[in-house]
Amino acid sequence: MEEQDLIPHLFRTEYRKIISVLCRHFGFEQMETAEDIVGDTFLAAAQTWGIKGPPKNPAAWLYHVAKNKARNLLQRDQVFRLKVTPAVRAAASESGGPGAPNTPAQSIDAEIDLSPAGIEDSQLQMMFAICTPLLPAESQIGLSLRILCGFGIEEIAAAFLTNKETINKRLFRAKEKLREAAVRIEMPSASELDHRLPAVLTTIYLLFNEGYYSESSDDVLRKELCIEALRLCHMLSDNPVTNTPAVDALLALMCFHASRFDARIDRHGDIVLYAYQDTNRWNTDLIAKGIDYLHRAARGDTLTKYHLEAGIAYWSTQKEDTAEKWEQTLQYYNLLLQLEYSPVAALNRTYALAKARGVQEAIVQAEKLQLTDNPFYFALLGELYTDIDNSKAMSHFGRAMALARTNADKQLMQKKIARLG
Amino acid sequence: MLIFRHEDGAKVASPEQLQTWMKQTMDWVGGIAAQNKLVGKNGLLFDDAHVVRHRGVVTNGPFGEIKETIGGYIIVKAESVEEAIAFAKGSPVLQGEGNTVEVRKVYKR
Repeated sequence: MEEQDLIPHLFRTEYRKIISVLCRHFGFEQMETAEDIVGDTFLAAAQTWGIKGPPKNPAAWLYHVAKNKARNLLQRDQVFRLKVTPAVRAAASESGGPGAPNTPAQSIDAEIDLSPAGIEDSQLQMMFAICTPLLPAESQIGLSLRILCGFGIEEIAAAFLTNKETINKRLFRAKEKLREAAVRIEMPSASELDHRLPAVLTTIYLLFNEGYYSESSDDVLRKELCIEALRLCHMLSDNPVTNTPAVDALLALMCFHASRFDARIDRHGDIVLYAYQDTNRWNTDLIAKGIDYLHRAARGDTLTKYHLEAGIAYWSTQKEDTAEKWEQTLQYYNLLLQLEYSPVAALNRTYALAKARGVQEAIVQAEKLQLTDNPFYFALLGELYTDIDNSKAMSHFGRAMALARTNADKQLMQKKIARLG
Repeated sequence: MLIFRHEDGAKVASPEQLQTWMKQTMDWVGGIAAQNKLVGKNGLLFDDAHVVRHRGVVTNGPFGEIKETIGGYIIVKAESVEEAIAFAKGSPVLQGEGNTVEVRKVYKR
Protein backbone atom coordinates (compact mmCIF):
# COMPACT_ATOMS: atom_id res chain seq x y z
CA MET A 1 0.00 0.00 0.00
CA GLU A 2 1.21 3.52 -0.83
CA GLU A 3 2.14 5.55 2.22
CA GLN A 4 -0.39 8.31 1.53
CA ASP A 5 -3.18 5.73 1.45
CA LEU A 6 -2.15 4.15 4.73
CA ILE A 7 -3.83 6.56 7.16
CA PRO A 8 -7.18 6.79 5.32
CA HIS A 9 -7.18 3.00 5.12
CA LEU A 10 -6.42 2.65 8.83
CA PHE A 11 -9.02 5.26 9.62
CA ARG A 12 -11.61 3.10 7.89
CA THR A 13 -10.55 -0.15 9.58
CA GLU A 14 -9.33 0.99 13.01
CA TYR A 15 -11.38 4.08 13.93
CA ARG A 16 -14.51 2.05 14.59
CA LYS A 17 -12.65 -0.43 16.77
CA ILE A 18 -10.93 2.13 18.97
CA ILE A 19 -14.03 4.31 19.31
CA SER A 20 -16.21 1.37 20.41
CA VAL A 21 -13.71 0.25 23.01
CA LEU A 22 -13.27 3.78 24.36
CA CYS A 23 -17.00 4.46 24.39
CA ARG A 24 -17.56 1.29 26.35
CA HIS A 25 -15.25 2.78 28.95
CA PHE A 26 -16.44 6.38 28.87
CA GLY A 27 -20.13 5.75 28.22
CA PHE A 28 -22.35 7.95 26.06
CA GLU A 29 -22.00 10.78 28.63
CA GLN A 30 -18.44 11.32 27.49
CA MET A 31 -18.68 10.16 23.95
CA GLU A 32 -17.17 13.40 22.65
CA THR A 33 -14.13 12.75 24.82
CA ALA A 34 -13.73 9.35 23.22
CA GLU A 35 -14.11 10.87 19.74
CA ASP A 36 -11.52 13.53 20.57
CA ILE A 37 -9.04 10.91 21.73
CA VAL A 38 -9.37 8.89 18.54
CA GLY A 39 -9.20 12.05 16.44
CA ASP A 40 -6.03 13.17 18.28
CA THR A 41 -4.53 9.72 17.84
CA PHE A 42 -4.90 9.82 14.06
CA LEU A 43 -3.58 13.38 14.00
CA ALA A 44 -0.52 12.25 15.96
CA ALA A 45 -0.07 9.39 13.50
CA ALA A 46 -0.17 11.75 10.54
CA GLN A 47 2.39 14.04 12.13
CA THR A 48 4.78 11.41 13.45
CA TRP A 49 4.65 9.02 10.51
CA GLY A 50 5.07 11.89 8.08
CA ILE A 51 8.51 12.57 9.56
CA LYS A 52 9.70 9.16 10.73
CA GLY A 53 7.81 6.91 8.35
CA PRO A 54 5.09 4.52 9.53
CA PRO A 55 5.87 2.01 12.30
CA LYS A 56 6.10 -1.73 11.66
CA ASN A 57 2.69 -2.42 13.10
CA PRO A 58 0.63 0.73 12.49
CA ALA A 59 -2.59 -0.60 14.10
CA ALA A 60 -0.77 -1.55 17.31
CA TRP A 61 0.82 1.91 17.33
CA LEU A 62 -2.62 3.53 17.13
CA TYR A 63 -3.99 1.32 19.93
CA HIS A 64 -1.01 2.15 22.12
CA VAL A 65 -1.27 5.90 21.60
CA ALA A 66 -5.06 5.95 22.06
CA LYS A 67 -4.74 3.99 25.26
CA ASN A 68 -2.06 6.35 26.59
CA LYS A 69 -4.16 9.38 25.79
CA ALA A 70 -7.15 7.81 27.55
CA ARG A 71 -5.02 6.86 30.51
CA ASN A 72 -3.62 10.39 30.90
CA LEU A 73 -7.07 11.85 30.70
CA LEU A 74 -8.54 9.46 33.23
CA GLN A 75 -5.67 10.06 35.62
CA ARG A 76 -6.19 13.78 35.38
CA ASP A 77 -9.88 13.18 36.01
CA GLN A 78 -9.13 11.03 38.97
CA VAL A 79 -6.80 13.58 40.53
CA PHE A 80 -9.52 16.14 40.04
CA ARG A 81 -12.19 13.95 41.56
CA LEU A 82 -10.20 12.69 44.51
CA LYS A 83 -8.15 15.73 45.46
CA VAL A 84 -9.33 18.95 43.84
CA THR A 85 -13.10 18.52 44.17
CA PRO A 86 -13.09 17.58 47.90
CA ALA A 87 -10.71 20.45 48.64
CA VAL A 88 -12.94 22.91 46.83
CA ARG A 89 -16.03 21.51 48.54
CA ALA A 90 -14.40 21.65 51.96
CA ALA A 91 -13.41 25.24 51.42
CA ALA A 92 -16.84 26.20 50.12
CA SER A 93 -18.92 24.74 52.92
CA GLU A 94 -18.22 23.35 56.33
CA SER A 95 -21.77 22.08 56.60
CA GLY A 96 -20.84 18.52 55.63
CA GLY A 97 -22.26 18.12 52.14
CA PRO A 98 -21.78 14.82 50.39
CA GLY A 99 -18.12 14.07 50.01
CA ALA A 100 -16.58 12.95 46.76
CA PRO A 101 -17.06 9.27 46.07
CA ASN A 102 -13.94 7.48 47.07
CA THR A 103 -13.45 5.56 43.85
CA PRO A 104 -10.63 3.10 44.01
CA ALA A 105 -8.03 3.65 41.36
CA GLN A 106 -9.25 1.68 38.35
CA SER A 107 -7.08 -0.57 36.34
CA ILE A 108 -7.27 1.29 33.08
CA ASP A 109 -5.33 -1.32 31.18
CA ALA A 110 -7.86 -3.99 32.04
CA GLU A 111 -10.81 -1.82 31.05
CA ILE A 112 -9.57 -0.35 27.80
CA ASP A 113 -9.30 -3.71 26.17
CA LEU A 114 -8.04 -3.44 22.61
CA SER A 115 -7.50 -7.15 22.16
CA PRO A 116 -9.43 -8.76 19.26
CA ALA A 117 -11.97 -10.19 21.70
CA GLY A 118 -12.28 -6.87 23.54
CA ILE A 119 -12.82 -5.03 20.25
CA GLU A 120 -15.46 -7.49 19.08
CA ASP A 121 -17.37 -7.33 22.36
CA SER A 122 -17.29 -3.54 22.32
CA GLN A 123 -18.58 -3.37 18.76
CA LEU A 124 -21.43 -5.78 19.46
CA GLN A 125 -22.40 -3.88 22.59
CA MET A 126 -22.29 -0.64 20.67
CA MET A 127 -24.51 -2.15 18.00
CA PHE A 128 -27.20 -2.98 20.55
CA ALA A 129 -26.88 0.45 22.18
CA ILE A 130 -27.27 2.37 18.91
CA CYS A 131 -30.14 0.25 17.63
CA THR A 132 -32.53 1.44 20.27
CA PRO A 133 -36.11 2.22 19.33
CA LEU A 134 -35.56 5.56 21.10
CA LEU A 135 -33.81 6.81 17.97
CA PRO A 136 -35.44 7.31 14.58
CA ALA A 137 -34.15 4.92 11.91
CA GLU A 138 -32.14 7.56 10.04
CA SER A 139 -30.27 8.43 13.25
CA GLN A 140 -29.59 4.77 13.96
CA ILE A 141 -28.14 4.36 10.48
CA GLY A 142 -26.17 7.60 10.73
CA LEU A 143 -24.64 6.68 14.08
CA SER A 144 -23.95 3.14 12.87
CA LEU A 145 -22.08 4.51 9.87
CA ARG A 146 -20.10 6.90 12.06
CA ILE A 147 -19.28 4.69 15.05
CA LEU A 148 -19.58 1.11 13.80
CA CYS A 149 -18.30 1.68 10.27
CA GLY A 150 -15.93 4.63 10.72
CA PHE A 151 -17.49 6.71 7.93
CA GLY A 152 -16.67 10.39 7.70
CA ILE A 153 -19.45 12.98 8.06
CA GLU A 154 -19.05 13.89 4.38
CA GLU A 155 -19.52 10.28 3.27
CA ILE A 156 -22.62 9.89 5.44
CA ALA A 157 -24.02 13.11 3.97
CA ALA A 158 -23.37 11.79 0.45
CA ALA A 159 -25.08 8.49 1.27
CA PHE A 160 -28.18 10.32 2.51
CA LEU A 161 -28.03 12.86 -0.33
CA THR A 162 -27.83 15.74 2.10
CA ASN A 163 -25.20 18.13 3.50
CA LYS A 164 -22.69 17.89 6.35
CA GLU A 165 -24.61 20.29 8.60
CA THR A 166 -27.73 18.14 8.49
CA ILE A 167 -25.77 15.02 9.38
CA ASN A 168 -23.83 16.76 12.15
CA LYS A 169 -27.08 18.03 13.66
CA ARG A 170 -28.71 14.61 13.34
CA LEU A 171 -25.80 12.84 15.04
CA PHE A 172 -25.60 15.49 17.74
CA ARG A 173 -29.28 15.09 18.59
CA ALA A 174 -28.97 11.32 18.54
CA LYS A 175 -26.06 11.35 20.98
CA GLU A 176 -27.92 13.75 23.22
CA LYS A 177 -30.86 11.39 23.29
CA LEU A 178 -28.66 8.42 24.15
CA ARG A 179 -27.20 10.46 27.03
CA GLU A 180 -30.56 11.66 28.32
CA ALA A 181 -32.02 8.17 28.25
CA ALA A 182 -28.85 6.87 29.93
CA VAL A 183 -28.58 4.10 27.35
CA ARG A 184 -25.89 1.73 28.53
CA ILE A 185 -23.28 0.18 26.27
CA GLU A 186 -23.66 -3.46 27.19
CA MET A 187 -24.87 -6.76 25.82
CA PRO A 188 -28.52 -7.49 26.52
CA SER A 189 -29.08 -10.44 28.82
CA ALA A 190 -29.96 -13.79 27.26
CA SER A 191 -33.62 -13.25 28.13
CA GLU A 192 -33.64 -9.78 26.57
CA LEU A 193 -31.80 -10.79 23.44
CA ASP A 194 -34.89 -12.06 21.63
CA HIS A 195 -36.64 -8.74 21.72
CA ARG A 196 -33.56 -6.56 21.27
CA LEU A 197 -32.11 -8.39 18.27
CA PRO A 198 -34.92 -7.55 15.81
CA ALA A 199 -34.14 -3.81 16.12
CA VAL A 200 -30.48 -4.49 15.34
CA LEU A 201 -31.40 -6.60 12.31
CA THR A 202 -33.80 -3.92 11.09
CA THR A 203 -31.05 -1.29 11.22
CA ILE A 204 -28.59 -3.56 9.41
CA TYR A 205 -31.17 -4.29 6.70
CA LEU A 206 -31.97 -0.58 6.34
CA LEU A 207 -28.27 0.17 6.05
CA PHE A 208 -28.02 -2.44 3.32
CA ASN A 209 -31.05 -1.06 1.48
CA GLU A 210 -29.69 2.47 1.78
CA GLY A 211 -26.73 1.24 -0.26
CA TYR A 212 -28.68 -1.05 -2.57
CA TYR A 213 -31.50 1.29 -3.53
CA SER A 214 -29.97 4.72 -2.86
CA GLU A 215 -30.29 7.29 -5.64
CA SER A 216 -26.78 8.46 -4.90
CA SER A 217 -24.69 8.28 -8.04
CA ASP A 218 -21.59 7.28 -6.07
CA ASP A 219 -21.36 3.56 -6.82
CA VAL A 220 -18.32 2.92 -4.68
CA LEU A 221 -19.94 4.48 -1.65
CA ARG A 222 -23.22 2.62 -2.18
CA LYS A 223 -21.42 -0.66 -2.48
CA GLU A 224 -19.52 0.09 0.71
CA LEU A 225 -22.78 0.57 2.61
CA CYS A 226 -23.84 -2.91 1.49
CA ILE A 227 -20.48 -4.39 2.46
CA GLU A 228 -20.67 -2.75 5.88
CA ALA A 229 -24.16 -4.14 6.48
CA LEU A 230 -22.86 -7.59 5.57
CA ARG A 231 -19.87 -7.13 7.89
CA LEU A 232 -22.05 -6.15 10.87
CA CYS A 233 -24.35 -9.08 10.23
CA HIS A 234 -21.32 -11.40 10.00
CA MET A 235 -20.25 -10.20 13.44
CA LEU A 236 -23.62 -11.23 14.85
CA SER A 237 -23.49 -14.55 13.04
CA ASP A 238 -19.95 -15.33 14.22
CA ASN A 239 -20.73 -14.68 17.87
CA PRO A 240 -22.29 -17.66 19.68
CA VAL A 241 -24.52 -15.39 21.79
CA THR A 242 -26.08 -13.51 18.89
CA ASN A 243 -26.03 -16.24 16.28
CA THR A 244 -29.74 -16.91 15.76
CA PRO A 245 -31.50 -18.37 12.69
CA ALA A 246 -32.87 -14.89 11.90
CA VAL A 247 -29.31 -13.50 11.73
CA ASP A 248 -28.27 -16.19 9.25
CA ALA A 249 -31.45 -15.65 7.24
CA LEU A 250 -30.74 -11.92 6.95
CA LEU A 251 -27.16 -12.70 5.97
CA ALA A 252 -28.39 -15.09 3.26
CA LEU A 253 -30.86 -12.48 2.01
CA MET A 254 -28.20 -9.78 1.73
CA CYS A 255 -25.75 -12.17 0.02
CA PHE A 256 -28.36 -13.00 -2.63
CA HIS A 257 -29.15 -9.34 -3.28
CA ALA A 258 -25.50 -8.29 -3.24
CA SER A 259 -24.70 -10.95 -5.85
CA ARG A 260 -26.40 -8.73 -8.44
CA PHE A 261 -24.76 -5.51 -7.36
CA ASP A 262 -22.40 -5.22 -10.35
CA ALA A 263 -24.92 -6.44 -12.90
CA ARG A 264 -27.47 -3.82 -11.77
CA ILE A 265 -25.43 -0.91 -13.04
CA ASP A 266 -24.19 -0.40 -16.57
CA ARG A 267 -21.10 1.45 -17.78
CA HIS A 268 -22.91 4.78 -17.64
CA GLY A 269 -24.04 4.23 -14.07
CA ASP A 270 -27.66 3.59 -15.07
CA ILE A 271 -29.77 0.95 -13.38
CA VAL A 272 -30.18 -2.26 -15.39
CA LEU A 273 -33.48 -4.01 -14.70
CA TYR A 274 -33.46 -7.62 -13.59
CA ALA A 275 -34.76 -8.96 -16.89
CA TYR A 276 -31.94 -7.31 -18.84
CA GLN A 277 -29.07 -8.15 -16.51
CA ASP A 278 -26.06 -10.07 -17.77
CA THR A 279 -26.06 -13.17 -15.58
CA ASN A 280 -22.32 -13.56 -16.17
CA ARG A 281 -21.92 -10.54 -13.96
CA TRP A 282 -23.82 -12.12 -11.08
CA ASN A 283 -21.45 -13.00 -8.26
CA THR A 284 -21.64 -16.79 -7.91
CA ASP A 285 -19.50 -16.80 -4.75
CA LEU A 286 -22.04 -14.64 -2.96
CA ILE A 287 -24.90 -16.81 -4.23
CA ALA A 288 -23.15 -19.92 -2.88
CA LYS A 289 -22.55 -18.18 0.45
CA GLY A 290 -26.20 -17.16 0.58
CA ILE A 291 -27.32 -20.74 0.04
CA ASP A 292 -24.99 -21.86 2.80
CA TYR A 293 -26.39 -19.31 5.27
CA LEU A 294 -29.94 -20.12 4.24
CA HIS A 295 -29.30 -23.78 5.14
CA ARG A 296 -27.94 -22.71 8.51
CA ALA A 297 -30.95 -20.45 9.06
CA ALA A 298 -33.25 -23.46 8.64
CA ARG A 299 -32.32 -24.90 12.05
CA GLY A 300 -34.91 -24.69 14.81
CA ASP A 301 -38.51 -23.81 14.16
CA THR A 302 -38.42 -20.03 13.83
CA LEU A 303 -39.70 -18.59 10.60
CA THR A 304 -38.97 -14.88 10.34
CA LYS A 305 -39.64 -12.46 7.51
CA TYR A 306 -35.92 -12.68 6.73
CA HIS A 307 -36.29 -16.43 6.08
CA LEU A 308 -39.13 -15.76 3.66
CA GLU A 309 -37.40 -12.83 1.96
CA ALA A 310 -34.22 -14.91 1.66
CA GLY A 311 -36.28 -17.69 0.07
CA ILE A 312 -37.68 -15.23 -2.45
CA ALA A 313 -34.21 -13.75 -3.04
CA TYR A 314 -32.83 -17.25 -3.61
CA TRP A 315 -35.30 -17.84 -6.45
CA SER A 316 -34.32 -14.47 -7.93
CA THR A 317 -30.80 -15.85 -8.34
CA GLN A 318 -32.27 -18.55 -10.61
CA LYS A 319 -32.80 -16.67 -13.83
CA GLU A 320 -34.69 -19.38 -15.68
CA ASP A 321 -38.50 -19.09 -15.55
CA THR A 322 -39.59 -22.45 -14.14
CA ALA A 323 -42.96 -23.40 -12.70
CA GLU A 324 -41.25 -24.26 -9.42
CA LYS A 325 -39.55 -20.86 -9.20
CA TRP A 326 -42.81 -18.96 -9.41
CA GLU A 327 -44.82 -21.39 -7.30
CA GLN A 328 -42.25 -21.14 -4.49
CA THR A 329 -41.94 -17.39 -4.85
CA LEU A 330 -45.71 -16.99 -4.69
CA GLN A 331 -45.99 -19.16 -1.58
CA TYR A 332 -43.19 -17.24 0.18
CA TYR A 333 -45.03 -14.00 -0.57
CA ASN A 334 -48.29 -15.50 0.69
CA LEU A 335 -46.59 -16.29 4.00
CA LEU A 336 -44.65 -13.03 4.13
CA LEU A 337 -47.84 -10.98 3.78
CA GLN A 338 -49.48 -12.92 6.59
CA LEU A 339 -46.48 -12.17 8.81
CA GLU A 340 -46.16 -8.51 7.87
CA TYR A 341 -48.06 -6.53 5.27
CA SER A 342 -46.21 -4.11 3.03
CA PRO A 343 -47.34 -2.57 -0.27
CA VAL A 344 -44.12 -3.74 -1.97
CA ALA A 345 -44.75 -7.33 -0.93
CA ALA A 346 -48.39 -7.07 -2.08
CA LEU A 347 -47.29 -5.84 -5.51
CA ASN A 348 -44.54 -8.42 -5.88
CA ARG A 349 -46.91 -11.17 -4.80
CA THR A 350 -49.29 -10.15 -7.55
CA TYR A 351 -46.48 -10.31 -10.10
CA ALA A 352 -45.58 -13.82 -8.88
CA LEU A 353 -49.27 -14.72 -9.09
CA ALA A 354 -49.32 -13.70 -12.75
CA LYS A 355 -46.34 -15.96 -13.39
CA ALA A 356 -47.69 -18.91 -11.39
CA ARG A 357 -51.46 -18.70 -12.03
CA GLY A 358 -51.79 -16.61 -15.16
CA VAL A 359 -52.29 -12.95 -15.95
CA GLN A 360 -56.11 -13.00 -15.82
CA GLU A 361 -56.21 -14.07 -12.19
CA ALA A 362 -53.45 -11.61 -11.32
CA ILE A 363 -55.44 -8.74 -12.89
CA VAL A 364 -58.49 -9.59 -10.78
CA GLN A 365 -56.35 -9.56 -7.63
CA ALA A 366 -54.35 -6.50 -8.65
CA GLU A 367 -57.53 -4.44 -9.12
CA LYS A 368 -58.42 -5.17 -5.49
CA LEU A 369 -55.15 -3.81 -4.07
CA GLN A 370 -56.14 -0.17 -4.71
CA LEU A 371 -52.71 1.25 -3.89
CA THR A 372 -53.66 4.34 -5.85
CA ASP A 373 -50.90 6.64 -4.57
CA ASN A 374 -48.17 4.16 -5.42
CA PRO A 375 -46.49 4.55 -8.84
CA PHE A 376 -45.40 0.90 -8.83
CA TYR A 377 -49.02 -0.17 -8.49
CA PHE A 378 -49.86 1.42 -11.83
CA ALA A 379 -46.61 0.16 -13.34
CA LEU A 380 -47.68 -3.37 -12.35
CA LEU A 381 -51.18 -2.91 -13.76
CA GLY A 382 -49.65 -1.55 -16.98
CA GLU A 383 -47.40 -4.59 -17.18
CA LEU A 384 -50.31 -7.01 -16.59
CA TYR A 385 -52.57 -5.35 -19.18
CA THR A 386 -49.84 -5.23 -21.83
CA ASP A 387 -50.95 -7.38 -24.83
CA ILE A 388 -54.34 -7.93 -23.16
CA ASP A 389 -55.72 -4.42 -23.31
CA ASN A 390 -53.01 -2.07 -24.56
CA SER A 391 -55.05 1.12 -24.17
CA LYS A 392 -55.60 0.30 -20.50
CA ALA A 393 -51.93 -0.60 -20.18
CA MET A 394 -50.98 2.81 -21.61
CA SER A 395 -53.22 4.74 -19.26
CA HIS A 396 -51.81 2.81 -16.26
CA PHE A 397 -48.23 3.50 -17.34
CA GLY A 398 -49.27 7.16 -17.71
CA ARG A 399 -50.51 7.33 -14.13
CA ALA A 400 -47.33 5.55 -12.98
CA MET A 401 -45.27 8.18 -14.78
CA ALA A 402 -47.23 11.03 -13.16
CA LEU A 403 -46.66 9.55 -9.71
CA ALA A 404 -43.03 8.48 -10.23
CA ARG A 405 -40.63 9.92 -7.68
CA THR A 406 -37.38 9.70 -9.62
CA ASN A 407 -36.39 10.70 -13.12
CA ALA A 408 -35.14 7.21 -13.84
CA ASP A 409 -38.60 5.79 -13.04
CA LYS A 410 -40.32 8.46 -15.16
CA GLN A 411 -38.09 7.66 -18.13
CA LEU A 412 -38.73 3.96 -17.72
CA MET A 413 -42.50 4.51 -17.87
CA GLN A 414 -42.09 6.76 -20.89
CA LYS A 415 -40.24 3.96 -22.67
CA LYS A 416 -43.03 1.51 -21.85
CA ILE A 417 -45.65 3.89 -23.26
CA ALA A 418 -43.57 4.53 -26.39
CA ARG A 419 -43.28 0.80 -27.01
CA LEU A 420 -47.06 0.36 -26.87
CA GLY A 421 -47.92 3.45 -28.93
CA MET B 1 -64.60 -13.95 11.45
CA LEU B 2 -64.94 -16.65 8.81
CA ILE B 3 -65.43 -20.08 10.38
CA PHE B 4 -64.88 -23.15 8.23
CA ARG B 5 -67.26 -26.05 8.83
CA HIS B 6 -66.49 -29.42 7.28
CA GLU B 7 -69.16 -31.98 6.79
CA ASP B 8 -66.99 -34.97 7.59
CA GLY B 9 -63.73 -34.32 9.35
CA ALA B 10 -62.67 -37.94 9.24
CA LYS B 11 -62.67 -38.11 5.47
CA VAL B 12 -59.08 -38.54 4.32
CA ALA B 13 -58.00 -36.82 1.15
CA SER B 14 -55.19 -38.04 -1.09
CA PRO B 15 -51.78 -36.36 -0.73
CA GLU B 16 -52.24 -34.74 -4.14
CA GLN B 17 -55.66 -33.42 -3.19
CA LEU B 18 -54.26 -32.13 0.09
CA GLN B 19 -51.43 -30.38 -1.70
CA THR B 20 -53.73 -28.71 -4.18
CA TRP B 21 -56.04 -27.71 -1.38
CA MET B 22 -53.13 -26.27 0.62
CA LYS B 23 -51.96 -24.19 -2.34
CA GLN B 24 -55.44 -22.88 -2.98
CA THR B 25 -55.88 -21.98 0.66
CA MET B 26 -52.50 -20.23 0.74
CA ASP B 27 -53.39 -18.25 -2.39
CA TRP B 28 -56.77 -17.32 -0.93
CA VAL B 29 -55.35 -16.15 2.40
CA GLY B 30 -52.39 -14.51 0.65
CA GLY B 31 -54.83 -12.57 -1.54
CA ILE B 32 -56.64 -11.24 1.52
CA ALA B 33 -53.33 -10.42 3.23
CA ALA B 34 -52.17 -8.61 0.07
CA GLN B 35 -55.11 -6.24 0.54
CA ASN B 36 -53.91 -5.67 4.12
CA LYS B 37 -57.22 -7.09 5.35
CA LEU B 38 -56.06 -10.16 7.23
CA VAL B 39 -56.18 -9.90 11.01
CA GLY B 40 -55.47 -13.47 12.09
CA LYS B 41 -56.04 -17.08 11.27
CA ASN B 42 -55.70 -20.54 12.67
CA GLY B 43 -56.27 -24.11 11.67
CA LEU B 44 -57.56 -26.72 14.07
CA LEU B 45 -56.00 -30.17 14.38
CA PHE B 46 -57.85 -33.42 14.90
CA ASP B 47 -55.01 -34.88 17.00
CA ASP B 48 -56.13 -35.26 20.60
CA ALA B 49 -59.56 -33.86 19.80
CA HIS B 50 -62.17 -34.53 22.48
CA VAL B 51 -65.73 -33.56 23.15
CA VAL B 52 -66.81 -32.80 26.70
CA ARG B 53 -70.54 -33.35 27.28
CA HIS B 54 -73.22 -32.76 29.81
CA ARG B 55 -72.41 -34.29 33.21
CA GLY B 56 -68.72 -34.44 32.39
CA VAL B 57 -68.89 -37.18 29.81
CA VAL B 58 -65.76 -37.04 27.65
CA THR B 59 -65.49 -38.72 24.26
CA ASN B 60 -62.87 -38.80 21.58
CA GLY B 61 -64.07 -36.92 18.69
CA PRO B 62 -65.74 -35.10 17.23
CA PHE B 63 -65.95 -37.96 14.70
CA GLY B 64 -68.79 -40.13 13.61
CA GLU B 65 -71.83 -39.08 15.45
CA ILE B 66 -71.93 -35.41 14.55
CA LYS B 67 -72.38 -34.17 11.05
CA GLU B 68 -69.89 -31.32 10.93
CA THR B 69 -66.72 -30.11 12.57
CA ILE B 70 -64.90 -26.81 12.66
CA GLY B 71 -61.68 -26.89 10.66
CA GLY B 72 -60.34 -23.43 11.35
CA TYR B 73 -61.03 -19.75 11.04
CA ILE B 74 -59.62 -16.53 9.72
CA ILE B 75 -60.35 -13.01 10.90
CA VAL B 76 -60.55 -10.33 8.23
CA LYS B 77 -60.96 -6.56 8.23
CA ALA B 78 -64.06 -5.93 6.15
CA GLU B 79 -65.82 -2.60 5.51
CA SER B 80 -69.19 -4.32 5.34
CA VAL B 81 -70.80 -7.70 5.79
CA GLU B 82 -71.03 -7.91 1.98
CA GLU B 83 -67.27 -7.61 1.72
CA ALA B 84 -66.82 -10.34 4.34
CA ILE B 85 -69.24 -12.56 2.39
CA ALA B 86 -67.29 -11.90 -0.79
CA PHE B 87 -64.09 -13.04 0.97
CA ALA B 88 -65.89 -16.16 2.23
CA LYS B 89 -67.10 -17.04 -1.27
CA GLY B 90 -63.47 -17.35 -2.39
CA SER B 91 -62.63 -19.95 0.25
CA PRO B 92 -61.43 -23.31 -1.13
CA VAL B 93 -63.29 -24.97 1.77
CA LEU B 94 -66.47 -24.49 -0.24
CA GLN B 95 -65.26 -26.93 -2.90
CA GLY B 96 -66.48 -29.67 -0.56
CA GLU B 97 -70.21 -29.99 -1.21
CA GLY B 98 -71.43 -30.11 2.39
CA ASN B 99 -68.93 -27.60 3.73
CA THR B 100 -69.84 -24.11 4.84
CA VAL B 101 -68.15 -20.88 5.82
CA GLU B 102 -69.92 -19.07 8.61
CA VAL B 103 -69.50 -15.27 8.61
CA ARG B 104 -69.66 -13.67 12.05
CA LYS B 105 -68.91 -10.24 13.41
CA VAL B 106 -66.27 -10.22 16.16
CA TYR B 107 -67.16 -8.40 19.35
CA LYS B 108 -64.88 -5.30 19.34
CA ARG B 109 -61.71 -5.90 21.31
